[in-house]
Amino acid sequence: MKIVVAMRQIADLVEELEVDSAGTDIDREFVKFVSNEWDEAALEEALCLKETVGAEVTVIGLDEVDFDQSLFGALAKGADHAVKLVGDFDGWISTSARAEILAAWLRDNPADLVLTGVQAADDLDGQLAGILAAKLGAAHAAVVVGVEPDGDAIKVIQEVGGGVTITSRAAMPLVLGIQAARQTPRYVPISRIRQAMTAGGIQSVPASVSGSSSAPKVLRLFAPESKGGATMMTGKPAEVAAQIVDLIKAKGLIRS
Amino acid sequence: MSSNTSNDVVVVSERISGGHPDVTYELIGKGREIAKALGGNLHCVVFGSDEGVDSLGGCDQVHLVTADSLDAYNAGAWEEALVLVLAEVNPRLVLTSTGTVGLDLSAALANRLGGVAASYVVELNVEGETLVAVAQLYGGKLMAEADLGEMCAFVSVIPGSVSGDAGRITGVPEIKTYDMSGTKVSMSHVSLNEPERSGIDITASELLVSIGRGIGGASNIEMAQELADALGVPLSASRPVIDQGWLPKFHQVGKSGKKVKPKVYLALGISGAPEHLEGMRSAEMIIACNTDPGAPIFEVAHYGTTVDLFDLVPELIDLIGS
Repeated sequence: MKIVVAMRQIADLVEELEVDSAGTDIDREFVKFVSNEWDEAALEEALCLKETVGAEVTVIGLDEVDFDQSLFGALAKGADHAVKLVGDFDGWISTSARAEILAAWLRDNPADLVLTGVQAADDLDGQLAGILAAKLGAAHAAVVVGVEPDGDAIKVIQEVGGGVTITSRAAMPLVLGIQAARQTPRYVPISRIRQAMTAGGIQSVPASVSGSSSAPKVLRLFAPESKGGATMMTGKPAEVAAQIVDLIKAKGLIRS
Repeated sequence: MSSNTSNDVVVVSERISGGHPDVTYELIGKGREIAKALGGNLHCVVFGSDEGVDSLGGCDQVHLVTADSLDAYNAGAWEEALVLVLAEVNPRLVLTSTGTVGLDLSAALANRLGGVAASYVVELNVEGETLVAVAQLYGGKLMAEADLGEMCAFVSVIPGSVSGDAGRITGVPEIKTYDMSGTKVSMSHVSLNEPERSGIDITASELLVSIGRGIGGASNIEMAQELADALGVPLSASRPVIDQGWLPKFHQVGKSGKKVKPKVYLALGISGAPEHLEGMRSAEMIIACNTDPGAPIFEVAHYGTTVDLFDLVPELIDLIGS
């Protein structure tokens, strides 16, 4: 089975995000970019499939800030190939444009199974799995928490809310948006990543946006207006703790 | 599908089991408003059976698609059913939520049929000839106002963003039925799986201690559990804690977990992603602890602190234990 894992970088949400001078994108100059956490779950599921039923795992993505780090990390974890699509990919790339670039590569390098994260924090025009599948004419499913090979097909488990899941069966090729892998994404020591870096192994492939893709036109990006929000408690931890205990006591929920 | 659409609006009912979910009425309410502004009609697509159709009186027409493959949720079958109905209606706008159905189908259909998709939408208005949406991005840290142009727009709305009151109108609209039995679909349904039961019921507690990504790792769960034990209440958690395998699924609060409404909800290290807020925003009192003063949780919390939870929790345990 050939599995392709589509991964990407995303602004680290732990950091303060500022809007650029045009007012339509984040200021990318000082933001740290990290691997999209759901893509890491997709990679983990691919590696688990490789270990349980055998598969050739290729990780692919656009050449965005620090993407080499993510690719070397994937190789160190056990991916067989890493492909970096190289082009003019600065700024905010819509999901449909991203899908078009990936689809062009996948048409030349078909996969049985394409796994990617269920979402990314900036996918204003929708999520990658469904868009990529539409462009490839493949079946697809999102919010996937289970992937089980079943003969020449795949059993897919999707969350549908309230803890309920649905199991479906679909023939490959199949594109899945992974919500969670069967296990926590594996840790890989920095020494193994360094080994992967020394060995090289990233294949750079020129790419560009082609074909048609439509996305909303961003008029402005802005911080949400504060609606008043919380009354903030300040002071030393012991003082704040005392205030919290008083609040809970006032509701009659602590035996005093 | 091109820019030569009708002025009609289509709402996709996301009924997977039981009755139509709250979000369907929210979408009908918003859909009525947009259809009126555009001068078009409001349609609702229903799959499998007409059960509950008498609560869809807010729509001008219901499109009921039947087939064996539509008796349970099946992303492939629902997509083909929508292709069938959308070809008939040629709408200006298709509304889903950002739940599984919307994530499965909205952007996929926009790309398949030649429309434009917008996700995580919290506001939607008609401005001149175009639709303008406001979407919540970067985990709620930023909002994007976007022009959706003049093509058919496939918009996924975050549940709870708009009121469902205007969409709850009793009455049976005109029903058009479609038989999709002969249509080939890419997926087949295997089973619907109810959640695992446990002795812990986070929905029954008047006080919840809830942890998020800020707890940092499985080894720190013990500290939070000690606080919950001191208070005699269950420990609950947001999605990342469950996805990381730090706590079992039945502890999860949120859209894909449990909806809770305690008297006090103590949120520790929870940023406040929409998925989580949907499950706890109805709590009587929300107290949030997060070191990031810009965390969206502080927008819904009544009380907040940026004290590090690793400093705060031991103090709470000391106070409650004494």
